[in-house]
Formats: sequence, structure tokens, C-alpha cells
Amino acid sequence: MAIEDSKATMPGKLITVEGLDGSGKSTQIGLVKRWLELEGYKVFFTEWNSSPLVESATKAAKKRQMLSPTTFALIHGTDFADRYERQIVPLLHAGYIVLSDRYVYTAYARDTVRGCDPVWIRHMYRFARQPDLTLWFRVPVDVSLSRAVGRSRGLNYYEAGMDIGFSSDSTESYRIFQTKVHEAYERMSHEFPFYILDATRPAGEQQQEFRDLIRKQLDLTQYLRPRAPAEQSP
Amino acid sequence: MTATTATTQRAYFGAGIPEINLVTLRGRLIVIEGPDSAGRSTQIRLLRDWLERSGYASAQTGLKRSRLVGKKLQDVMQGYSLGPLTFSLYYATDLADQIENVIVPALAADFIVLADRYVYTPIARDVVRGVEVRWIEGVFGFAIVPDVVLYLDVKPEVLAERVLGNLHYLDYWESGMDIHRDGDMYASFISYQQQIREQFIAMAPKKGFHIIDGDRDAEVVAQEVKDTVESTIDLP
Repeated sequence: MAIEDSKATMPGKLITVEGLDGSGKSTQIGLVKRWLELEGYKVFFTEWNSSPLVESATKAAKKRQMLSPTTFALIHGTDFADRYERQIVPLLHAGYIVLSDRYVYTAYARDTVRGCDPVWIRHMYRFARQPDLTLWFRVPVDVSLSRAVGRSRGLNYYEAGMDIGFSSDSTESYRIFQTKVHEAYERMSHEFPFYILDATRPAGEQQQEFRDLIRKQLDLTQYLRPRAPAEQSP
Repeated sequence: MTATTATTQRAYFGAGIPEINLVTLRGRLIVIEGPDSAGRSTQIRLLRDWLERSGYASAQTGLKRSRLVGKKLQDVMQGYSLGPLTFSLYYATDLADQIENVIVPALAADFIVLADRYVYTPIARDVVRGVEVRWIEGVFGFAIVPDVVLYLDVKPEVLAERVLGNLHYLDYWESGMDIHRDGDMYASFISYQQQIREQFIAMAPKKGFHIIDGDRDAEVVAQEVKDTVESTIDLP
């Protein structure tokens, strides 16, 4: 397994979204997935922290607050590697549009805010290819906070960055943590070709902007799903 | 300005673990490497008996034993579905958790930590699978450099005989079946174990491993293990 698979050898396209919790990125990428599926394109969706090989261990560890910054980084790296090796790369080779809710940038931001060595974090993810398109759903921290707090399940310990010890008050800790993550995205937006989307605008407008961007950057006809044999003309 | 003691300087392979201060760790870290059935657990038991008889407290650690992911990783490996990058990162997660929760507390309490395999096995396994050595070594940059590494060297044919004699079957991963293309499982075991062995022998001079011929009686091997430990590290 080569560490860096060249984009040229993979006909598929990789589209990723980044942003704070509550920025609306998951809703938006979910709608894009539905749109592409319904239009008959080869599309695959993957999200952060969802590998069946790792996820249950991560969940249990979070519940019992067993993760340090180092193991937090590594367990998420493991989760990503599994999805990358088993799904993202093969599907890109097979000419799919792969939609990824969060990508390596999430790790770059969160793990360094947690105090991990930034060089080490980037090294860990060096096997991951650059996406063809990354949208940063930019919202002010206060907006993210009000949306995240409004969720029924409330703020969890690690989402709020309680493990770092910024504050014993979860809302205050969340605000400090997310502010630092937001600043990390801001810095990365100068280093990587992020498309910045104003995520305070109405959801429908955001969706149109997202779809326009995809139509502009991809020749969608290349990603049409082959018709099922029964539908083929005689 | 640093108050250097006469004892070994502790170091990380890379950036390390930010919140752990190595200066306070005065114990010793002894690693026993080698393939399955090379006699690692026997040697660790004998080494521990000797250390405890001499008055040194010891602690043990090994791959896939973390509270965090040890059990899960063992389960997942029954499903034969880990890619090489995932494999390494999973082992790294497991080891990092043990460094933080077993090795560091033990070293801080002046214990001798006996590690049944360490970073080197996942590194060797990955290199054999074509993963870039610089990447995998960098991932393990959080790990503490051990005081001594002993590699129990046993020829693959002898290993196969021992494994089959004990278990009557060859393990999927230890036979390299995930990267196997042709021939039967026995042939795969032999060629895979030989590749791993060559990695260890190549690493030995660079990393300062002590290669110990494991194809001898356990007592003879134990004597050499003990002599090597005594001559290479000063016990605290």
C-alpha cells in the first residue's frame, strides 16, 4: 500500500465538508448525497468516526472518559484509516463521487487544540490524498453553540473539550474549545484550498451554492451509474 | 542546567506524549520481541522470577492488552479485515493507552516493565506489507525508547513445528494470509515468518537489538537473557 495514491490514477472525485459542530454541514452534504443518488450518479457517503471496526470502542471509551489527547488522536486515525483503505480508495478507483463528512482537517484542528504535536498529527494522516473539493461551512462560534446546545442529547464531554480542562462548565468549555477549533480552520483556510461557504445563510441557498459548485467543478456525466440491464434498450 | 543522573536518559522516538514528563520515570523498560512460539512468555516469566527474587518489582505489558481497545482489536482480527494502515494505527492506539496507563505509572514507581513485544512487531509487519517505514516509525513517535530489546530468533521451520505441535493449526495473521497469493498455508507461514525475521535482523544493528538464538532449551536461553539484561542496563 503506497502512502500517497496519486489522484491521476483514481477516476473518482473526493468532496469533503468541514466546520464546527452545528454548522449545518452534515445536513447540507446529506442533501447533496440524496440529489446525486436521485439523479443516478455513483455516489458514496462516509462520515467521521463511523468505522465498524473501531466505532464501538471509541464510543465506550468516550462514555468512560478513557481517552487522552494521544489516544483520542490515534483512535480517530484508526477509524479514518479503515474507512480510507476499505472504502474511500477503492471507490475512488471505481469512479465514484465520494462525499466525506469531515476529513483530515478535523483531526488537524481538534488534535492540535488538544495539545498534540502538529507535525505528528499531519504525519499520521500523510497517507490520505487531498480532496478535489473541500467546503468549509463557516459560522460564528455563538451560532454553532446555540445549535449544538439545542440538540436533545446536549453537549458531550469530548465535543465540549471538557477533557482539556478549559473550564468545568460544559457550555463555557465548549465555547473556548470551539473558538480554538474555529481559529484552526481559519488558519488552514490560508494553507489549503478551502471553499468558504457562509453557513449563516438560509439552508436552501447554501444547498444551491453547493450544487452549483459541484456542477462547475465536475463533469457529472462521467459519474453516471451504469443502467441496469433490464433498462437497456434492445 | 539539567540535573543529569548517572542512569539512562529517557527519550521518546519522536514528539512523545505532551503531558508526560520523562524525567520522573526511573524504572526500566525491557522489551522481548520475537514471533509466536519463540518462547517470549516463558522468557518473560523466568525474567520476572529472577527480578523479583533480586528484589525488583515488575509490571507486564504486551500487544493487544490495553483497556482501551485490546479486546476490540482481538475481536476485529478474527474477522480478517484490517488493512495495513488500519492495522498499524490500531496497534498504535493500543500501545499508547498502555504507555499512558501501565508503562508510565510503573516506570514512575521504579518498576521494571517487561514488554511482550513493542513497536517493532507492528513496524516489521507493515514494512512487509509495503507500508513506508518512515510513516509507520513516525506514527510510533509517541512511544518511549526502551532500555533494552531482546529478539528471540527462531527459524520459521522450527516455529511451524512448535505452533503445530501446540495448537495443531496456523494462525491466519501469523501466516501472512492477508497478503498471501499462492501455495498452501504452511508455505505462506514459512515465507511470511522469514520476511518478518529478515526485517528484525535488518533492524537489529540500527536499533541496538540483542539477537538471541531461541532454538535452544528455555533454561539456556533464559541464562543468556539474564546475562544480556545485566550487562546492558544498570538496575535501579
